Amino acid sequence: MIYESVRNAYGEKLIELGKKNKDIVVLDADLAKSTQTIRFGKEFSDRFIDSGLSEQDMISTAAGIALTGKIVFASTFCVFLTGRAYDQIRQSVCYNKANVKLVGSHSGLGVGEDGATHQILEDIALMRALPNMRIIVPADATETSQVIEYVANEYGSFFVRLTRSKQPKIYDENYKFEFGKASVLRDGDDIAIFAIGAMVGRSVDAAEELNSRGIRAAVINASSLKPFDENTLLDYAKKVKGIITVEDHSIYGGLGSTVSEILSQNHPVKMKIIGVNDKFGRSGSPEVLYDYFGLNVKRIVEEGLKLVESD
Amino acid sequence: MKKSDFENLTRIAKRMRLEIVKMIYSAGSGHPGGSLSVVEILTYLYFYKMNICVSNPNKSDRDRFVLSKGHAAPALYAALGIKGFFSTDEFKKLRKVDSFLQGHPHRLDTPGVEASTGSLGQGLSMSIGMAMGLKLSSINANVYSLIGDGESQEGQIWEASMSAGFRKVNNLCVFLDYNNLQIDGKVSDIKDIRPIRDKWEAFGWRVEEINGHDLYEIEEAVNKFEKCNSKPFMIIANTIKGKGVSFMENNADFHGKAPNDEEYKIALKELEQ
Repeated sequence: MIYESVRNAYGEKLIELGKKNKDIVVLDADLAKSTQTIRFGKEFSDRFIDSGLSEQDMISTAAGIALTGKIVFASTFCVFLTGRAYDQIRQSVCYNKANVKLVGSHSGLGVGEDGATHQILEDIALMRALPNMRIIVPADATETSQVIEYVANEYGSFFVRLTRSKQPKIYDENYKFEFGKASVLRDGDDIAIFAIGAMVGRSVDAAEELNSRGIRAAVINASSLKPFDENTLLDYAKKVKGIITVEDHSIYGGLGSTVSEILSQNHPVKMKIIGVNDKFGRSGSPEVLYDYFGLNVKRIVEEGLKLVESD
Repeated sequence: MKKSDFENLTRIAKRMRLEIVKMIYSAGSGHPGGSLSVVEILTYLYFYKMNICVSNPNKSDRDRFVLSKGHAAPALYAALGIKGFFSTDEFKKLRKVDSFLQGHPHRLDTPGVEASTGSLGQGLSMSIGMAMGLKLSSINANVYSLIGDGESQEGQIWEASMSAGFRKVNNLCVFLDYNNLQIDGKVSDIKDIRPIRDKWEAFGWRVEEINGHDLYEIEEAVNKFEKCNSKPFMIIANTIKGKGVSFMENNADFHGKAPNDEEYKIALKELEQ
């Protein structure tokens, strides 16, 4: 298995875009070395602004720059981006329909040892409820690269949720990211597993394990989280015995909520939401934390078996 | 400023006050106090200073104005309507669901509004962003912004102040509407912002202090801004909340309350004099 950094993919793509388009401006809030925006800053110092530790000012400033016709990326850890500057995202960015791309580099338990203060588990919930906000959670470096290019070329605000640690390579160079479309990685008609971000690779592993036990599990990367690909979801809902969602996020307001909202109003089927169950995170490596909070292959397999058995 | 300009602006300021009170009365709610205190500043900017064009409102080299204290929307709407960005008939629909004059300014609703504001503190950062964006595009235009004294209690104001001072954003001119009243009482009693001049200077700004109702003093300060290339510019405008309507003047109760029928009659009489 090849592991690649999604943050590096972001940093590299920014430089590529910056070379092509002089209207791209990048802001960060003293985490440019972590988010990898520093690379853009070194290449295009006149179009890079390190706001220092002023996330609220950074977001409203980003909106102001965007209102003069620029394409603005603003990055920091997801917790300081969507939490600290929530009202600025709401009023300065979304209400203004400003051309601002929010790219959060460290999300969820994947932050690791820094612990609960830095591990936002409700960022998707916050961003999902905002009008004019679209959300993408890339699964690997290849997809990240394409997503960043997509949002740069599409007017308006996006929240792109990246993660700190390297992610297993899901896609090869032939992959074509399509906004608003879920990406079916593996077909199956017993259960369907919808996953995002770091949980996509684990869901693929779980599906293989389930397959060895005679259960045909589909795996779908739901990277376009808002708007959501209802058609693909409902197609699966009509043919499987149950649906599982897996996310490095609270069970409230994220992928699981999205899926259950669509299913309950269109085609109710049994489902299981795997995520963090109304708790703050803890210190530990992402691997340790994913085991601790039950966001691992073993748990996905268990829940898959339960769904099929209870049918 | 020529005498004829002064007289013309004085007439416009008078009309703006009338329109502000009328539209808030017909809306049944709104913020008369802080709208009336900024009338001369907006009159000067919209009818004398700013490079803006009603027939080409999006021209790229226009000057920008951001009303960071968004609750003074009636004053901004009065200026934009009288200027000709839209029909003044809309004034009476202020705060109605089907009106493009929402309770607080919304860029996508109202012609001439540059930024949606209302959540205090954000307009200043947006103004700084605009000023920097214009420079990045080598556009020679200025950004004017208006913040409140109560708003100066917001942390974001000081993040923004530090940013603009540090980056020497010199195409930015900010007015502070210093009427010393906020919803719960006197700013100096709730959470005093003094020494306000020292604060802005310490954050790297050039500061001028004026009577915010004196058009000549406003002009003199803005002229100094235009000559200042090294720093962002702060004009502390000492004003009277509710200026022009006797019972609203220096009365915190009229921060966010419309006049009743009786009060409205008195206000009209005073403003039409």
